[in-house]
Amino acid sequence: MTSASRGFLGRRRTDADPSRIPPGQYVTTGFPVLSAGPTPHTPVDRWTFSLRGAVDEPVSWTWDEFRALGSEDITTDIHCVTKWSKLDTERTGVSLDTVLAGVHTSARHALVFCDGGYTTNLPIADLTGGKAWIVHSFAGAPLEAQHGGPARLLVPHLYFWKSAKWVRGLELRDEDEPGFWERYGYHNYGDPWKEQRYSGD
Amino acid sequence: MERAALLRRLTWQTGTVVEIVTETAHTRTIALDVPDWGGHRGGQHIDVRLTADDGYQAQRSYSIASAPADARVEITVERLPDGEVSPYLVDELRPGDELELRGPVGGYFVWQDSPGGPLLLIAGGSGIVPFRSMLRHHRSIHSTVPVRLLYSVRAPEDLVYREELMRMATSDEIDVSLTFTRTQPPGWNGYARRIDHRMLVETGWSPSADPLTYICGPTAFVETAAELLVGIGQDPARVRTERFGGIGENP
Amino acid sequence: MTALDGNAIAGMLQTAFGRDMTAALGTCAGCGAASRLGQAGVYRGAATVLRCPNCESVLMVIIENGGVLGIDIHGLAGLRDPG
Repeated sequence: MTSASRGFLGRRRTDADPSRIPPGQYVTTGFPVLSAGPTPHTPVDRWTFSLRGAVDEPVSWTWDEFRALGSEDITTDIHCVTKWSKLDTERTGVSLDTVLAGVHTSARHALVFCDGGYTTNLPIADLTGGKAWIVHSFAGAPLEAQHGGPARLLVPHLYFWKSAKWVRGLELRDEDEPGFWERYGYHNYGDPWKEQRYSGD
Repeated sequence: MERAALLRRLTWQTGTVVEIVTETAHTRTIALDVPDWGGHRGGQHIDVRLTADDGYQAQRSYSIASAPADARVEITVERLPDGEVSPYLVDELRPGDELELRGPVGGYFVWQDSPGGPLLLIAGGSGIVPFRSMLRHHRSIHSTVPVRLLYSVRAPEDLVYREELMRMATSDEIDVSLTFTRTQPPGWNGYARRIDHRMLVETGWSPSADPLTYICGPTAFVETAAELLVGIGQDPARVRTERFGGIGENP
Repeated sequence: MTALDGNAIAGMLQTAFGRDMTAALGTCAGCGAASRLGQAGVYRGAATVLRCPNCESVLMVIIENGGVLGIDIHGLAGLRDPG
């Protein structure tokens, strides 16, 4: 049994309401930057967001068109599979309900694709109903590249690896396709309240 | 003896802090007594693990600053502004405290005694730490390998091991060049800029000397130095790098 | 630009493989370049990713779960100890 390091607390808050913290998580005051690869730098004048796959026609928005869809402010808690949680984070973004409005599809799955090659998969049902956004601002300022800018996906009810950084679009699919971390054994769904970190959990 | 140490299973050990030396306003050298320490090679590092009362753990790596011949294991830690582990090690840790560590680790960024060719060491900021181990080792084995050290810091208050480096520079085999990239000491007429092609030509070895080069420091510094060396004509296979990242505190 | 290199995970690799791996020569299955694992780019995400310094393809992924290390080396066409 490892004995404690005298006086070490770490960069954590211990005053948070426990009912807001999923099992096995610690609340951090910092903002760890986690990534599976180098940070892409995509200028907004070259950025597009696309829907492709099981749709009648692929749809694409430029940055200006995307911003014109209308944004909302989201204050939410986020939970990373590496055990840190951050409470009351403030972001601004376009709801996936807005993005997917008017899109006719029988597909039930989405594979999210991003600059740098990162992917993650989710049921489309977890992207709609006010549960997901394409975020472009954090705490009122443009999203920094290291935190996923120009835009990242935000799906706070799932572990944060599903909130893909550097998002460029969704591939709508009839059949589920595992994304980057899912292929390496991370849970296909990733509900932090059921502690679904790895497949089989 | 050393080969047995290399094959020893890597486990977490507990060291006791015996002395803490303040190097600069934000840097301290921590000397540890580690009972089952099997020795190390210059350039290797240790993993340090801190555990809070509730079991929360944080782990970071630190280059060993002491020579293999030194009795105690020393690390030099710089307090990073948003750090989680370094503020504890620099501000809180006291003699008598225990520290959990694992090592030594590393087999690529090591120097014991290079066969043929002189040595070039290029350090950016806290990248100087593993080179102190290598230079102390060089001295303790009375190595005749010529060494040139180029050490880049932002300001005089960021310079660590100054007296020791100046003492080493008085030996015939070791040359030390400093560059202060942002502010310089009063009366300084040495280098006052970031490393560049001309500085490396003036302070390093020509490719015909077939030097062995080690570069250590923040990522951008290491990548710049490595590119410059290749541009001068150095063999990339004879250039070894270790990045501190500057974000070593991130998990 | 990578923030860390394989040297930073020397302890993890040694725990997994039983010996130092930073000096081992890894051949990238993507581009064929051979490099010391100590030179590979290291990224900490959900797990630890090592990438080829030449083409950034994934060489190795190391996952820690309950004290057990899982290592995926599909990205390596070869791994050789320099001896």
